[in-house]
Amino acid sequence: MKAKILIGKPGLDGHDRGLRAVAKALQVAGFEVIYSGLYQSPEDFVDKAISENVDVIGLSVMTGAYNVIFPRVMELLEEKGANNIPVFGGGIIPEEDVPELKKNGIKEIFLPGATLEEIVEFVKNLLNKRIA
Amino acid sequence: MQNKDNLKEVIEKKSKWENSTLNESLKKVPEKKSKFTNLSQQKIERLYTPQTDYTKDLGFPGEYPYTRGIHPTMYRGRLWTMREFAGFGTADETNKRFKYLLENGQMGLSVAFDLPTLMGKDSDDPISEGEVGRCGVAIDTLSDMEMLFKDIPLDKVTTSMTINAPAAILFAMYIALAEKQGVSLSKLEGTIQNDILKEYIAQKEWIYPPAESLRLIKDTIIYSAKNTPKWHPVSISGYHIREAGSTAVQELAFTLYDGLTYVAEVVNAGLDIDDFAPRLSFFFNSHNDFFEEIAKFRAARRIWAKEIKKSYKPKNPSSLALRFHTQTAGCTLTAQQPYDNIVRVTIQALAAVLGGTQSLHTDSMDETLALPSEKAVRIALRTQQIIAHESGVINTVDPIGGSYYLESLTNQMEKDVYKYFEKLDDLGGMVQAIEKGFPQTEIREVSYIYQKEIDNHERIIVGVNDFITDEEATVDTLKIGDEFEVKQVNKLKIIKSERDYAKVEKTLEVLKQAARTDEPLMPMIIDAVKAYATIGEMCSALKDVFGEYNEPKTI
Repeated sequence: MKAKILIGKPGLDGHDRGLRAVAKALQVAGFEVIYSGLYQSPEDFVDKAISENVDVIGLSVMTGAYNVIFPRVMELLEEKGANNIPVFGGGIIPEEDVPELKKNGIKEIFLPGATLEEIVEFVKNLLNKRIA
Repeated sequence: MQNKDNLKEVIEKKSKWENSTLNESLKKVPEKKSKFTNLSQQKIERLYTPQTDYTKDLGFPGEYPYTRGIHPTMYRGRLWTMREFAGFGTADETNKRFKYLLENGQMGLSVAFDLPTLMGKDSDDPISEGEVGRCGVAIDTLSDMEMLFKDIPLDKVTTSMTINAPAAILFAMYIALAEKQGVSLSKLEGTIQNDILKEYIAQKEWIYPPAESLRLIKDTIIYSAKNTPKWHPVSISGYHIREAGSTAVQELAFTLYDGLTYVAEVVNAGLDIDDFAPRLSFFFNSHNDFFEEIAKFRAARRIWAKEIKKSYKPKNPSSLALRFHTQTAGCTLTAQQPYDNIVRVTIQALAAVLGGTQSLHTDSMDETLALPSEKAVRIALRTQQIIAHESGVINTVDPIGGSYYLESLTNQMEKDVYKYFEKLDDLGGMVQAIEKGFPQTEIREVSYIYQKEIDNHERIIVGVNDFITDEEATVDTLKIGDEFEVKQVNKLKIIKSERDYAKVEKTLEVLKQAARTDEPLMPMIIDAVKAYATIGEMCSALKDVFGEYNEPKTI
């Protein structure tokens, strides 16, 4: 069975060019990709991840709300007992803020300059590790 | 000007040159690539020779088909408007930035709103958390507009507001503010972006479904034609389409087609073309491929003039002239080696000027990292001033018109745009095409190819996939703290407690009732604004009647 990935950006950020490209690259690499659609609340987004029983969550934030959205999603996953689902993210995020986000349990944050191939490789490794 | 015999002679001599001089040279020094392409994946020839019909394709500036410019003297008579987009924090901070820009020689204001405002949400809505005042200024009620333009008389500036789904509401606030300042509506000059079709296509900041959104745009255009004759009620935008990853051809084709869709709506509502077409304006992107961009601007004018003339036969020539604002391409800025962005912006800005733009925003070098700092925005403004006052390109009209390469690209651009027009016609128009996901998919495909090309080093981006240095990017960026959000939410709380809520409720109810009929909505929106209804209250009143848009979620 194909591994399932939920890709999206909760909140009011509509910049979907990057995440759409990532979604496509993951689909081409053989994953089943679910695109959340825009303007979901973090609650609806996390509920979707749980109801779709996804293996990985990819989050994108291109605005200043990353320090609200990322922790909120992690908090909700924990509350709902779904913090076994690994989460990675990407966006225009100042490098100095990345360690703080990782402390919340986010596996990796991809910054400008990351290639699609790097992201696909990362997800593959993430899933291999989890299966093993 | 070339006569037919001359052109024939050129073709013969070119073929002779290819067989002799060129061939020998290629044997000694082969070309670096087997195929040269521009950003639209079009093959670029080695050498271009004359092939333009001067009187038919170019004509004279200020006359149909306006290829060489919309004014007879262009920048010899009046420079373009230098307009830097600005806004952050609360209205108070942005008011200070506006005054700074005006003191530094900027000619018009351009308001950036934060995401909650753009989406019609109040600052105290839970989904707004973390976004208030971040990407632009937060506006909840008329009170914020009063602060935004404090000590700035509305008859002394022109104001561009980048607002779409809730555009009618911000326009109503500006009108209410003008009345408060005692400025006659007939003197108001500026623009609301108000272009919803490109939101579904590219920028994605929608609220209502397409048909209801089109109604609001029609209402604002008609209101503006009757009450604010110097206002531009819509800025038909390709900028965001391009930023979403489209080619120049797609940007131009979808934008012009959007424009033709709005024109048809308003004409169907009974307005004469000459009553509103002279106030339509466009907004394009200026990307990296210098000549392709200039060709795009010139083709835009020619196609628009042809289409409006053919379909509506206006009496006022101004109805045929495509006016446009340009912004350099934010998506080309790199986080790596950010100082290099100054050079990218200079080339893109020069293309906009050579393409005959009416106003220009030059991106600041740090815009990929944060909202621009004062220093960065000053360099961006200085870039325009250097082009205007030092480079000499303003001394003549359409200085590179007649370049064999440019004219050939302009003709090709026009042909390719018409191919898209045919596809869109076949799909039943832009609204149907959007519902089928056609423009969205077309853009997504080329955007994906572009990213793959960069990843595979087929396209070089300096500092990103080649010419990389380990040197740290050291620009001081503007940090926007959480204090603005707190300040704005508190301000909103005070406004809400001080206003007459019964009046707010009443105006919202009247607005809803009107929305259920086909009455024009601007007067009711203005009344609600004057009662200090919030943007969120007005948008949800309309949402109750209109419903919400759901995008196709295909990958």
